[in-house]
Amino acid sequence: MKVSAIITLKKDVLDPQGKVIHQTLDGMGFKDVNEVRQGKYFEIDVKENDPVKAKNLVEDMCKKLLANLVIENYKIIETQ
Amino acid sequence: MKSSVITFPGSNCDRDMHVALNKFGFKNKMVWHDDNELPKSDLVVLPGGFSYGDYLRCGSMASKSKIMQSVINFAKSGGLVMGICNGFQILVETGLVPGVLLRNKYLEFICKNVYVKIDNKENLYFKNLDKNVFEFHIAHNEGNYFCTKDQLKEIDDNNQVAIFYCNNQGKTVEQYNPNGSIKNIAGIFNKRKNVLGMMPHPERMIDKSLSGEDGSIFFKNLINNLK
Repeated sequence: MKVSAIITLKKDVLDPQGKVIHQTLDGMGFKDVNEVRQGKYFEIDVKENDPVKAKNLVEDMCKKLLANLVIENYKIIETQ
Repeated sequence: MKSSVITFPGSNCDRDMHVALNKFGFKNKMVWHDDNELPKSDLVVLPGGFSYGDYLRCGSMASKSKIMQSVINFAKSGGLVMGICNGFQILVETGLVPGVLLRNKYLEFICKNVYVKIDNKENLYFKNLDKNVFEFHIAHNEGNYFCTKDQLKEIDDNNQVAIFYCNNQGKTVEQYNPNGSIKNIAGIFNKRKNVLGMMPHPERMIDKSLSGEDGSIFFKNLINNLK
């Protein structure tokens, strides 16, 4: 079963890469952008077939490795 | 005095640290990341470099490697563990020292000499140093120290800031902050002050033919403190 997770920076953490992307978009003519925040996306194929158990497993991975909870939040967005 | 330097895949300052430690009297052993147990040590060093190619977050993979459980146990029992540069990034990922190291504020890799202030001397690393301003080398892309407000309060309450970026007079102003770190922080202790993480590389300043000798002062003092 595939589980997808996204990791995003917490609100008050500076995201210099997001800022530069915002500036570049602005330079390209995309003038309607308020802010850009860059994050990470993971698609993890686990051996578990029970959606609840699979989600819990990936949640554990997020807590222990994929996200650093000092600066990042995680969200399981999809199981299929 | 016995020391151990851990080599991770992608470490590149491990040999420099080995040379520096031996030069000032340590009997150093190189320890492979995949080993289970640390040899008997008075000091363990996590060196600089790019462990695991900086994948995911700098230091995150190395912090989970086999030897680290032994390093964490050693630190928790009061043993001295020092992380330099990537070693500092590994330490924050283990949670042994608070905070994280984000990308440098201006998104550039910084490689230059900087001045740092060391005035927190109630610990085995800096006790008896007879000056406060040192010239050390920094070389990093992710050295922008960040922590939560609660962590910062705890760090201040416990006097855990080990090193600040400053000018040659020891003034810790924003102008001399190379990477955007909170409060010009260049190094942090754990509460007990036996674990030290810092971005500057004292091992690069141990010979006249390198860019300076302030690192020699640090290492000489360190081994004397441990004797």
